[in-house]
Amino acid sequence: MSWNIWALKKSPWVFHVNTGACNNCDIEIVNCLTPKFDVERFGIKLVGSPRHADALLVTGAVTAQARPRLEEVYRQTPKPCVVFAIGACACDRGIFHNSYHVVGPVDKIIKAIDPDAIIAYVPGCPPKPEAIISGVVKALAVL
Amino acid sequence: MKKTIGKPVLAVGPFHPLQEEIEFFQLTIDGEIVTDIDVRISYNHRGIEKISETLQYDQVPFLVSRICGICSASHPLAYVQAVEEMADITPPDRAMYIRTIINELERIHSHLLWVGLGGHFIGYDTVFMWAWKYREPVLELLEEITGNRNNYGNVKVGGCREDIKDEIIPRMLKELETVERKTDMLTNAILDDPVLHARLKGVGILTREDAIKCAVTGPTARGSGVDIDVRRDDPYAAYSDLDWKVIVQPEGDVFAKAVVRLLETFEAIKIIRQALNKLPGGPIAVEVKDIPAGEAVGHVEAPRGETFHYVRGDGGNTPVRHKVRAPSYVNVPSFAASCIGQSISDVTLTLASVDPCYSCTERIAVIDSDNKIVCDYNMLVKLSREKTQRIKEESGLEGITLKEE
Ligand code: SF4
Repeated sequence: MSWNIWALKKSPWVFHVNTGACNNCDIEIVNCLTPKFDVERFGIKLVGSPRHADALLVTGAVTAQARPRLEEVYRQTPKPCVVFAIGACACDRGIFHNSYHVVGPVDKIIKAIDPDAIIAYVPGCPPKPEAIISGVVKALAVL
Repeated sequence: MKKTIGKPVLAVGPFHPLQEEIEFFQLTIDGEIVTDIDVRISYNHRGIEKISETLQYDQVPFLVSRICGICSASHPLAYVQAVEEMADITPPDRAMYIRTIINELERIHSHLLWVGLGGHFIGYDTVFMWAWKYREPVLELLEEITGNRNNYGNVKVGGCREDIKDEIIPRMLKELETVERKTDMLTNAILDDPVLHARLKGVGILTREDAIKCAVTGPTARGSGVDIDVRRDDPYAAYSDLDWKVIVQPEGDVFAKAVVRLLETFEAIKIIRQALNKLPGGPIAVEVKDIPAGEAVGHVEAPRGETFHYVRGDGGNTPVRHKVRAPSYVNVPSFAASCIGQSISDVTLTLASVDPCYSCTERIAVIDSDNKIVCDYNMLVKLSREKTQRIKEESGLEGITLKEE
């Protein structure tokens, strides 16, 4: 294990990107921070800038207008950076798969600018906070 | 809203951890005072109306519940009411009551969510954590009834999908009592707090005239003294059978909107309690054969205001036109009336007071009249928090105290 992956696994700081989600996945992510789930116990912390982030929590099916913003955010993160596709929309556009304004899914967009990107998927619509936490833990375990 | 194009814009911190949707506001300021506001949307445009035309009548409720995660009971209900009107279907009584209960549970969790975020904006993170903690039991009840914490997908044309089982009614009543006690504590803490009075009163005033001119709905209108509520004015589901009142506050400032939302939470609890006690027996859905050609509208009082759905069909099994007008669409332009002339430390709060699917304060860049970028969103939250701190110090008061009994 290279030293930077080792360091990444200790206390991942995450940055939340909404690319056209219905809000539910986002609320569940914020829910993870509140007293019932409290992910800060594990050192997982939401940060305010992609430049501080070890992982991106991406929600939503990526609309045409959000696409360049998602790419820009990904470019700004220090590598290695794990991209979590949270929710059915981010994993494979979900119910919006045939929309004219949706250009996702997330993995396609990220792989197009960085073929080596590490992508983890948390399905669900929305995934429960427990599922999000377990997804993050599992992804960190296999890194 | 006048265009501020041509002035340099630097979008700093495009996404904020506590703000979800992507929307963009540009404020032009003169010194500390906001002189103009420009809003850009459509980052979140997913073409839902068009997708709806490719789905069958019975599939559409699942799609429209995903318009907004927080109003995921109101949108499908408005759509279903439109289709039912078109096809002349009357759902059974039990379904009407279940719809009422689910919608009011949604109102409780939405309002508590807003209270939490409001607290966060002015630097009371304790309120944020507490409000969200007390919201959890409501989500658990919803999960137990419908199978999902959000996006319940519980209404269908002709009735409801999931029944409220008799076994869980006593538990629901117990949980409601806890939520009521906790909301009561939060309300007292907020309404008695002199710092909050100083911080919120007279801020972001939307006058009654402006409210009517902007055609705002929901708590935004009721906080400005406009007495409208679809639940009373054009009753649907079981609202006309139940005893409850519409909360109206005349002042129009942020404080009034907070009061409206908090008191509405109690009304919602009252409605659910009555509905649970009166819950009629019988089936929860009627069989629907086919939907004739025609057009109809349905509207529902969502937590943020009136949501409106128009459906037209040609006798086939999909709608040929489906139009949605969500409450934030009319509430957002009222920023122009309530923000101009405010100081920038009050802007985040004023924007948030509309509860714009709680997304709108994201991605703000403030531009000086001399075209200089002054501050970004994080800076605005900081300014807002500093003002609270200043008021605390000047008045020598302690500020909010929360006690668990
Ligand atoms: S996966 Fe479901 S809950 Fe999440 S953003 Fe998409 S529609 Fe909303």
